[in-house]
Amino acid sequence: MAPNGVNGVHHEDDEGIDYSDIENKYKVKFEEGFDNILLVDGVPIIDEAKRGKLLDKIAKEFGRKGAPIKTADISVPWNDTNGKSKGFVFIEFKNAIDAAFAQTAMDGHPFDSKHTFRVNRFTDIERYADMDETYVDPEPDEYKPKEHLRSWLGDSQGRDQYATYRGDEVEIHWHGKPSQCEVAFSRQNWTDLYISWSPLGTYIATLHRQGVQLWGGASWGKQHRFAHPMVKLIDFSPCENYIVTWSNDPIVVPEGAQQGPQFFSPEDEGHNIAVWDVKTGNLLRTFPTAYPEGEDVKKQLQWPALKWSPDDKYVARVTPGQQISVYELPSMGLQGKKSIKIEGVVDFEWCPQGDKDREEAEAEAKGKSTRKPRENMLAYWTPEVANQPARVTLMNFPSRTLLRQKNLFNVTECKLHWQNQGDFLCVKVDRHTKTKKSIFCNLEIFRVREKDFPVEVVELKDAVTDFSWEPRGERFALISSSDPNLANPAPGITVKTDVSFYQLVRGKGDFKLLRTLSTRTSNTVRWSPRGRHVVLATIGSSSKSELEFWDLDFNADDTGRREGPSKEEWGSGIQHLGTADHYGVTDVEWDPSGRYLATSASAWRHTLENGYAIWDFRGQELEKHILDRFKQFLWRPRPRTLLTKEQQRQIRRNLKEYSRQFDEEDAAEESNISAELIAHRKRLVDEWNAWRTRVKAEMAEEQNRLGKKVESEADKQGEEEKEEIELWVDEVIEQIEEEVVE
Amino acid sequence: MRPILLQGHERSLTQIKFNREGDLLFSCSKDHIINVWFAHNGERLGTYDGHNGTVWTIDVDSESRFLVSGSADNTLRLWSVQTGKCLYRWEFPTAVKRVAWSEDDSQVVCITEQRMGYQCAVRIFDIDREGDGTNQSKEPSSIFYPIGSKATLCSFAHVPNLILMGHESGKVALFDAKTGDEVLNNERAHMDVVTDLQLSPDRSYFITSSKDKTARLHETKTLTVLKTYTTETPLNSAAIAPGKPYVLLGGGQDAMSVTTTSLRQGKFETRFWHKIFEEEVGRVKGHFGPVNTIAVSPKGDCYASGGEDGFVRVHHFDESYFRAKPYGDLEIEE
Repeated sequence: MAPNGVNGVHHEDDEGIDYSDIENKYKVKFEEGFDNILLVDGVPIIDEAKRGKLLDKIAKEFGRKGAPIKTADISVPWNDTNGKSKGFVFIEFKNAIDAAFAQTAMDGHPFDSKHTFRVNRFTDIERYADMDETYVDPEPDEYKPKEHLRSWLGDSQGRDQYATYRGDEVEIHWHGKPSQCEVAFSRQNWTDLYISWSPLGTYIATLHRQGVQLWGGASWGKQHRFAHPMVKLIDFSPCENYIVTWSNDPIVVPEGAQQGPQFFSPEDEGHNIAVWDVKTGNLLRTFPTAYPEGEDVKKQLQWPALKWSPDDKYVARVTPGQQISVYELPSMGLQGKKSIKIEGVVDFEWCPQGDKDREEAEAEAKGKSTRKPRENMLAYWTPEVANQPARVTLMNFPSRTLLRQKNLFNVTECKLHWQNQGDFLCVKVDRHTKTKKSIFCNLEIFRVREKDFPVEVVELKDAVTDFSWEPRGERFALISSSDPNLANPAPGITVKTDVSFYQLVRGKGDFKLLRTLSTRTSNTVRWSPRGRHVVLATIGSSSKSELEFWDLDFNADDTGRREGPSKEEWGSGIQHLGTADHYGVTDVEWDPSGRYLATSASAWRHTLENGYAIWDFRGQELEKHILDRFKQFLWRPRPRTLLTKEQQRQIRRNLKEYSRQFDEEDAAEESNISAELIAHRKRLVDEWNAWRTRVKAEMAEEQNRLGKKVESEADKQGEEEKEEIELWVDEVIEQIEEEVVE
Repeated sequence: MRPILLQGHERSLTQIKFNREGDLLFSCSKDHIINVWFAHNGERLGTYDGHNGTVWTIDVDSESRFLVSGSADNTLRLWSVQTGKCLYRWEFPTAVKRVAWSEDDSQVVCITEQRMGYQCAVRIFDIDREGDGTNQSKEPSSIFYPIGSKATLCSFAHVPNLILMGHESGKVALFDAKTGDEVLNNERAHMDVVTDLQLSPDRSYFITSSKDKTARLHETKTLTVLKTYTTETPLNSAAIAPGKPYVLLGGGQDAMSVTTTSLRQGKFETRFWHKIFEEEVGRVKGHFGPVNTIAVSPKGDCYASGGEDGFVRVHHFDESYFRAKPYGDLEIEE
């Protein structure tokens, strides 16, 4: 009946509406073109006779990689002039998705020793064939100057910075003289887990669900990000060139995830550790977590899982009981193509680079040096296995020559402590008696700079709980305890400890006890980064929270480092400077200059009196902030000084002159501040007084309005005068004390 | 001077109050007893016996003739200060949490708790001061029920017929005594329960303390916050020192968690803050439980604090307190 519309012949139906635009929009797109066709290059050139065999083989190879095809889908173009194939084939797939999968799976597939497949989409070939041959200059991006990453070092007042994390807020503070302290930057929800400085202070890292983000520059802009989902731990290499991240959740690469050098690829799936290049943000390599062998061993992660050589050239990881694998940077390939097989190896440490070594290495790099710089060195230890005694070994790297081995007996546990200049290695050996009932401690000290690496043994009767070298020094401090409670710690029990200082006797080459401070509760030693000053702290105790500040060179002149053994009596330079108390202290950290000490009570440990305090090296409190939900305090590290040795000496020599200049500044500022404060107070008082006068006037008016009698000042005075005064006199006239003798 | 320790209560103190001359100190506690003491030597003058539950609150009139008290036995009582006799008792469905005299001693305001289906109520009674005081009217001259957050504190404001109230939500408000309308409020005066409210001598400003660890000074007329004193512990009481620009704050760890904390973490000190500069000036130790209530003598020569530990400590200021000018010669109006 209807002539049009029903059959859909004409779109202009009764109302004359044109639907073509809508139909265009919602039109189902058919697979058009040749997206499902792949072009495979690198196929052997064959005669007609071998055709069937070849097609079977190709189909088999594809099938093995999970992209099954039929021989009928392969079409082989022929060169009719010589009757041979052209060396490429077309393969048709069911759809574009299958084709894309086959392309990634088969591209670069070695067909036989001479032929490697190169697989491309047919459409791509066409596109590249049609490319415009004329070269067009790409538009250069506009140059945007970046902020200097070390701008904080240029602070005119020479202040240090520290970061605090409280509640959801991260703050960066300036720290200097009291008047110069201020908040430099703060941001809410800057991090999801915690914050961390890079070792030279260039970046601050924040941890998020998606990964790690680095920030830097004066306005704390985004620098780099490392997409490691659910990252929990991070570790920078010593020169800040690389970063290692770890997540408890194995890496998963979902379908359609972003690809590229900065992202995980399917090969990384199931791994936990990732190594990244900080400057480019590229992923270098991933590893699974290595746990110690054995069923009964508790699975405990060692962190850092990867240990960096001090020059960032190598990174090594230990497979407990088997080997140490060292990787070269930046390729992250296994150095020498094989790991160092060491039966039973438990732990190892790289030797740190001293200032001298660094200078030599730099000179070498510039080609100016005549001396060969010291090679990297690592120390490792193996426990007693079968008939072989426990052993500590020093090894050169990359030459892998063994420098020194020392056999040890009755070993329960070893800890390797390098002095930070790489001069000494102390191996703290926990030994057991034959019956394995009691534990005592030996210190095996290797003098690494001397010929043949002489070893000296310091025997101790007690168990050592903490050991620490003086930075750049020849002294160390250790905490030992014979307290029976040591083995079974319980809340509320404070273990009694002894703190001892040892020093190298020059010439003789052995370490001698300087002094023992007995019956303390201290469980932590913190040397100032400049040496000389040391803080003993009692951490993690609910009843004690003492901080003791000590100076080990009290008699020495400040202007120069003591050279050679002092003539004074042995150990007389040790002086107690002060004692302080920070209730509930959980962390103790020196600032990079060694002038200030920060202590904090973190809400991650307990919730009592969270906050932080800053002390000077004598133990005087400079500031203290009790802040709810305070979590983290971190000084911003400083990079090494750019001044040469000579320039530093110059400064030491002219110290008096410089200090006079600073004293003047201080004095000027002090008067300025007090004037400011007085003015501020005056203003507050004036405001208050003005308000009071106004209120009093209003009150009087109000009273008047209500028809009440206003008490005048005079009336009040009168009342006062009428006041009765009652005097209580209590006088002792005589006091007799009688003694009754029965 | 050494503080005087008043050991007359067996349980924690709830409120202490000086009379107008500052020579008598009244104290009430959870042990049902009200005591009165000589402030100058700490001798106990007598007790007011009769309540059958925690005595939450007391107030004495300006002539030191009548004392009112409110208790958890659901009664409000009028006492003769001199004889210790109970002159009159009003009974309510729930406990009385706060009482206060009006400036001219003619009225008493009280708050009863919201409990067991009964609303929180504010009642104002006219007090007959003629005769021996036993002839009081049973019915309040006005009653109203503040809606919303529970009211915990009340006092007469700077003008008659205005009641100043503190609430559990941290709100401070002015109510019309006759109509019960909310005249003015500051919803966000505090972030937590308001624990104490004390007025300046001329009632033109007042101080509040709160569990949110701050104390604040407000103007009565506008309820604007003039000063804020931020501490690190929940506060139970705050008082204004007459004659000197100080405020006194007291508090400490919550009573229920006291047993798990040591003395030094408990922060059971009375803190002196500078009223104008909002800086802490000093602390006085002594209690071994939270400080529940603080009162300063109207003469400004001594103060007393009552603690969860059941003691009242009366401190007479030393000569140096009056002489000292820690902030120079700035003239500060009362």
